[in-house]
Amino acid sequence: MNQAVAPRGRSLVRRAMGAQSAVWRVDGILLVAVMALSVIGALLVWSSTRTWAAGAPTGMVKKHVLNLMIGWVLCGVAALANQRMLRLYAPAVYGAALLGLFLVITPVGSTINGSHSWILLGGGFAVQPSELAKPALVLMLGALLAEPATGTEGPRPLDLLLGLTAAAIPIGLVMLQPDFGTTVVLLVITGAVVVFAGLRKRWIVLLAVLTSATALAVWFLGLLKPYQVARFTAFVDPATDPRGAGYNSTQSLIAIGSGELFGKGLFHGGQTSGRFVPEQHTDFIFTVVGEEFGFLGSITVVALLGLVLIRGLRIARNCDERFGSLVVGGIVCWFAFQIFVNIGMTIGIMPITGVPLPFVSYGGTATFANMIAIGILQAVHIRDRQF
Amino acid sequence: MIRVRARLVVLQFVVLTMLAALTVRLWQVQVVRGGQFVAAATETRTRDVIVPAVRGPILDAAGRPLVRNRTALVVSIDRAALERMDDGGAAVLRRLATVLGRPVRELRERIRACGPMVSRPCWPGSLYSPIPLDDKVSTREALQILERQEDFPGVSAEVQPVRDYPLGTGASQTLGYLQPVTEEELRKRSSLKANFSGVDLVGRDGLEYVYDEALRGKSGLRRVQVDRMGKVLGVERQTSPVPGDVLVTHMDVNVQRVVDEALAAAMKNAPRADGAAAVVLDVKTGGVIALGSMPTYNPGVWAGGIAEAEYQRLLSEKAGLPLVSRATHGMYAPGSTFKVSSMAAMVRDGYPLKGKYDCPGSFNVAGTTFNNFHGIGMGTIDLHTALVRSCDTVFYRAAYEMWLRDGGLRPVKRPKEPMTRTAEAFGFGRKTGIDLPGEVAGRIPGRAAKKAMWAATKHTSCLRSKTGYPEVAKKDPGRAAYLKRLANENCLEGFEWKAAEAANLSIGQGDVLVTPLQLAVAYAALVGDGTLRSPRIAKAVIRPDGTHVEEIKSPVVGRLPVDDRTRDYIRAALSEVTSDGTAAGAFSGFPMDVVKIGGKTGTAEVYGKEDTSWFASFAPVGDPRFVVVVTVSQGGQGGMTAAPAARAIYEGIYGIKGKAALPGGEPVKRLPKIRPDGTVVE
Repeated sequence: MNQAVAPRGRSLVRRAMGAQSAVWRVDGILLVAVMALSVIGALLVWSSTRTWAAGAPTGMVKKHVLNLMIGWVLCGVAALANQRMLRLYAPAVYGAALLGLFLVITPVGSTINGSHSWILLGGGFAVQPSELAKPALVLMLGALLAEPATGTEGPRPLDLLLGLTAAAIPIGLVMLQPDFGTTVVLLVITGAVVVFAGLRKRWIVLLAVLTSATALAVWFLGLLKPYQVARFTAFVDPATDPRGAGYNSTQSLIAIGSGELFGKGLFHGGQTSGRFVPEQHTDFIFTVVGEEFGFLGSITVVALLGLVLIRGLRIARNCDERFGSLVVGGIVCWFAFQIFVNIGMTIGIMPITGVPLPFVSYGGTATFANMIAIGILQAVHIRDRQF
Repeated sequence: MIRVRARLVVLQFVVLTMLAALTVRLWQVQVVRGGQFVAAATETRTRDVIVPAVRGPILDAAGRPLVRNRTALVVSIDRAALERMDDGGAAVLRRLATVLGRPVRELRERIRACGPMVSRPCWPGSLYSPIPLDDKVSTREALQILERQEDFPGVSAEVQPVRDYPLGTGASQTLGYLQPVTEEELRKRSSLKANFSGVDLVGRDGLEYVYDEALRGKSGLRRVQVDRMGKVLGVERQTSPVPGDVLVTHMDVNVQRVVDEALAAAMKNAPRADGAAAVVLDVKTGGVIALGSMPTYNPGVWAGGIAEAEYQRLLSEKAGLPLVSRATHGMYAPGSTFKVSSMAAMVRDGYPLKGKYDCPGSFNVAGTTFNNFHGIGMGTIDLHTALVRSCDTVFYRAAYEMWLRDGGLRPVKRPKEPMTRTAEAFGFGRKTGIDLPGEVAGRIPGRAAKKAMWAATKHTSCLRSKTGYPEVAKKDPGRAAYLKRLANENCLEGFEWKAAEAANLSIGQGDVLVTPLQLAVAYAALVGDGTLRSPRIAKAVIRPDGTHVEEIKSPVVGRLPVDDRTRDYIRAALSEVTSDGTAAGAFSGFPMDVVKIGGKTGTAEVYGKEDTSWFASFAPVGDPRFVVVVTVSQGGQGGMTAAPAARAIYEGIYGIKGKAALPGGEPVKRLPKIRPDGTVVE
């Protein structure tokens, strides 16, 4: 590695590792934090799935590691792109995500765990287009709202209208699946990008009021599924139905609380190996952290996730281009929301919603989407350093 | 870009707040309330499985089993598991019914909880414990269930000890039976809760009830880790069960068989007999060698859930209440067997032992004529003959004279009442204290008892003396008029101890009621050393490995108020009853040179029924070792029914017609030896 400036015409690998290469300009702290979370996630997936099938304790974790590897490749690809390319490809990515969401509601789609949001690829693999819709929507909204109205910092009204329309289509499609958690995440992304695009406060208030009114209408018009209503009721008082909707939150509190300060050690969590918390490798993976690594492990994971968010915010602030700031801000809001809701629901301060914990939960498409988002953060960061 | 940056700063603030909120909440959940969740986790993650201890066997004096355990393959079902299923376990029950070859309806009935409106079969035990459905499962059936556990969730098949009764119907009331412990009992005996698993059976009668704690042993506890579905993942810790103690009794399997056969034969020979009892006591130790009661039943019917018809039969009057032991629960007028007490009372009151007494055919007691048996007079006789030939009038006269001396209807301040007092000193009118549940006390009438009775009933009597008995009058006006007169008499003078009553008491008639066991205990004291012992069936409780032995002694509860001279005189008189007296017929041809039997017959009249037949006896007459009392309800004369049954029992004990049940005429003295591995050396 003590080579001088790499001459032109060397091999691709040499060039990629050279001093001019983007590899040396990535945000190292962000990279390390995400890597650490991936490793912890893989261990937790292993711990929570090793009791599933006798004789195949590593089946799930192997699949998860494969997903992570694909995710890192996607992350690298995204990181190599520059903002111009990202803006250029945004409509294409968005279009691909919409196509996926359309396919899901056609007979091509499949239902897993009560939500019709999957396309089975065969060989035990499946994609969840609604996850891919998250980075696609961020990019699309960033691209649409990148140019401010002349003489102001706010978006042009037409752009805003286009942006809201572009958001409404995937949100509507996800609601049809129905996937409540992802719907809310997409709403958060939309709101975040629109706010960062410099919308005036009075418009923000108006949009917030409209959203609240819609939410109230949805509640009172009975558009929610009974299980969703039950989850909210159970959130308010888990004791109302300890065997049903309250079961998850009671059991996850028990698992996390019984970890105490130091935890029971990896693979030594009785609640985890007894599989008392459902969906423990996906939405409730934080209960494994809590039980097996204790309070110290829990705050380590929270700190790592916080580090990702803080680095993201730093990248957004340091970015000189509106597009980059909007996209990175949207991504940070997306992650922040999922992190808070996911951990919050396992420790009883948020209602139970089907959102996974970024970088930690088991998942294929979700992992890809998260890693692509991290790649975008790195891409924006690399360009900033270049200029 | 300024606005964008400003808003990003706001977002940074929001993010930091959020992270702080998560950290604070995690601190609260994991550190502040951690201990509470650890406890909750242990509760959800582990199940305490109680491993029942093997119940100790009940042995006879020689170590032969009266009650033992056999192993059976038992299929049981967990009701809680069924209820968790979507269809309430209907599919599982259907499949199980097919495997066991029983109708689904029957299985359903067996697992429902017993209650006021529920007929048998039903489950009387805890609903949180596995309910045994079938204890006669073949290995093939059990394997079908075990190999297809996914088809039979909540169903288990395992080898369990089941109570076995080698004697069949013999001594069933004495041995008792087991039933699943009920929720209520569990609550009541909270101190014992640790020793009950819910699948545990608890002794409900007889020795099983009285010695339940010793026989039960200590259950083991296995704390297992389970997953969400209740699947066992591993054992966290375990304490082994301690098997129950061995109960060695004074009983003898062979004598018990002889007794049961003799009683069955007696019932058969007396056409109207509706019940019989026999007691064989060891005079020297107070131990009960055999205790028989007819009708009887096989306690095996209780195992594995009793059928409704069987249960009703056990409780029905028509079947003669086979659950009730007539030896301890049956109250009968003792008839002439009671005269030993009356004679002791006479001697105690100053009547000369060797004196001469008139035995007329009848005797006038305060205006009422009391006849001798068949109205036959015997002239002037001594007390010896009065017993041997069973003269009533001697006792009528004495009782009347005593009554007069006490002041008759206007009693003196401290009436002596020798007959009542002596009877009480013989142990009549109070429980013997035998180690069996629910024993009755019987009744000895007297002036005080009369008064107490009157105080308790006068209100009803006086009311009835005015209103009469209209409900009886519809059917039988004559009887109603009689009852009204009786009520009037009871109302006005019910407290009065009448001369006729005193006379009746002297020959064991009227209001006097005794149990066969009481009579046996009294005779044992009389022909033994004069001390009254509370009889015991149990001889010793031995640890299952034979180490610790706790012997059980018959406590002395009193002394007969009879001097040795009188006792010897009475014993000598009773010794001739079988050769020259009222039992001579029954014992004709009995080899008195091998062993001489003494005894007293009794024929007690019962209003509207056939006489109660009694024979209270002992052997050998020189140094009595055994007391045998036989009662046959509605059996007729004592010499005709009870005495032959007693003879059959003696023949069995001494081996007159075959192998001796007790060789040498001695009960087994030494305790059976139990090896460290639990086997019994007989």
